[in-house]
Amino acid sequence: MVFERDVEHIAGLADIGIVKEELDEFTIQFNRILDYFDILDTVEGDCVYEQDRYNVLREDVISPSLSQEDALKNAGETEDGFFKAPRVM
Amino acid sequence: MNMENMTAVPIAGSRSEQSAGYISQAAGSPPHPEADETIIGLEVHCQLDTATKLFCACSTDYRSDGPNTHTCPVCLGLPGALPKINRKAVEFALRVAKALNCEVLLESVFSRKNYFYPDLDKAFQISQYDKPLAVGGYLVIEGDKGEKMVRITRVHMEEDPGRLVHKGGVDRARYSLVDYNRAGIPLIEIVTEPDMRSPKEARRFLNKLRVTLEYLSVFDSDKEGSLRVDANISLQPEGWFDREKKSYKGRNRVEVKNISSYKGVEKALTFEITRQRNVIRKGHPIEQATRHFVETQGITTASRSKEEEQDYRYFPEPDLCPLRVSSWVEQIDLPELPDARRARFIGQYGCSPNHARTLTGDLKLADFYEKVAGNADPALSATWVADTLIGELNYRDLGIGSVTPSHIIELVNLVKSKTLTDKNAIDVIRAILDGILQKQPAETPSQVVKRLDLGATDSGIAPAAIADVIREQPQAVADYESGKKEAFMFLIGQVMKKTRGKADPAELNAMLRDALDGRGQ
Ligand SMILES: [Zn+2]
Repeated sequence: MVFERDVEHIAGLADIGIVKEELDEFTIQFNRILDYFDILDTVEGDCVYEQDRYNVLREDVISPSLSQEDALKNAGETEDGFFKAPRVM
Repeated sequence: MNMENMTAVPIAGSRSEQSAGYISQAAGSPPHPEADETIIGLEVHCQLDTATKLFCACSTDYRSDGPNTHTCPVCLGLPGALPKINRKAVEFALRVAKALNCEVLLESVFSRKNYFYPDLDKAFQISQYDKPLAVGGYLVIEGDKGEKMVRITRVHMEEDPGRLVHKGGVDRARYSLVDYNRAGIPLIEIVTEPDMRSPKEARRFLNKLRVTLEYLSVFDSDKEGSLRVDANISLQPEGWFDREKKSYKGRNRVEVKNISSYKGVEKALTFEITRQRNVIRKGHPIEQATRHFVETQGITTASRSKEEEQDYRYFPEPDLCPLRVSSWVEQIDLPELPDARRARFIGQYGCSPNHARTLTGDLKLADFYEKVAGNADPALSATWVADTLIGELNYRDLGIGSVTPSHIIELVNLVKSKTLTDKNAIDVIRAILDGILQKQPAETPSQVVKRLDLGATDSGIAPAAIADVIREQPQAVADYESGKKEAFMFLIGQVMKKTRGKADPAELNAMLRDALDGRGQ
């Protein structure tokens, strides 16, 4: 069971601003999602992930990186080749 | 910056018990914090020296390039991009695990560590949590009371976050600039048990770890920022260790983050001990807290926010399959490690234990010495490399890599054959190193000897020089004869000036004394 204070806390961790009126709505949605998982938990039998998939590795060989221009293409703000981001204390 | 969010994960049966044992200040604690035991544990992050990043094929050779020139959709965290594990990074990490005597788990799993910070483009770091690569090893160090074992709790792999730049200084900048060239560089995190008892031991552990990683060819300590350390430290009154619970029932511990140099560790911990002692002396409790080391000022400051363990919302990385690599360990052929090499230097070359320790304390230095020792008197070479050359290099901020072994071979042979006095041999080393600093064309020792006319002479010029000095300094000679000891020192100085250090000082001494005492007989 998720309460409003949990939603506030998680919003804080994700740096998302939530207004009071939204809290109720999000809390209901969170709990609805958790209810689905409760339903999944009722499924009989062992649920194990594929056991034969492991050690999927690549060799240590360099391939070209993006150009600085391409790397910054989706950035909201840039400066001197850097991404510009708000300060987080 | 990123260090603040890199907390090591407790695993069942080890660290978690330990930290659970730290309860708030017990009543009636002794009032003499100076007598308390200092308990230190370390979390060390080292960059593995692979060619490509941990989960993508971007080159790790980013240090001399502009920002955001070594990135791709994977290490930029673009939607839909899928990570793939670098085999070499796994092999390197396994080498470390084996050298640290750890048990490699049958299966290890990468997990997402979620936190919101500009140095993480994906808003999570791919790390390892409840199933690390390896657990339960040890490293032997030179402790305050002789050799001691520092236990290793765990070794795990993770990706390095990006780098933040703050224009105008970290205190004043209003925004962060982000460079993701470093994002995704493979890191190994090594967590120790709280087995160190002084800042010095912590430093010794780090040095030993650094050398070991270098011997394993998985780490390059010359690369800036390739090693970062977090340290846990608490002051515990004697007898507060609970043997049953294997933990301290005394005061809280403080975690110091953001230490990025070997010297910094000792400085940060020494400061923290003083700070904690002052708090205890005033009768206040030590709060369990995270503090930040400010290298430039040598102090630790309180961190403003601290996410709780559960706030990281760890869960298995769904885009990566587990590792099952414990069977690889047998096939790893470890190279000769520092302790073994030290013993061999003593046995094979007749090095003193101190010289052997110095020479094997750095891989490049040890290799350099072996080249010299193979072509010149090994014990004499040890003295000249360990005692003189290193000091002169350090004084000039030069590395051993700037010197050519053949030059030192030649120098040692010149000294051995008494063609060069010890004093002038030092001058030759200085001249060669100064030449390197001034980027002059390299000179061999013989060339320097010739240019500066430093070659030792047979005692031929000495009698003439002594005769000259005795003639030129009648007052000093008279003083000597009337029993003034300083007069002899003055006279020998004059003789050495004339022979320009080319004659053996002990021989000169004897000859001058004979000449003076022989007068008037
Ligand atoms: Zn990349």
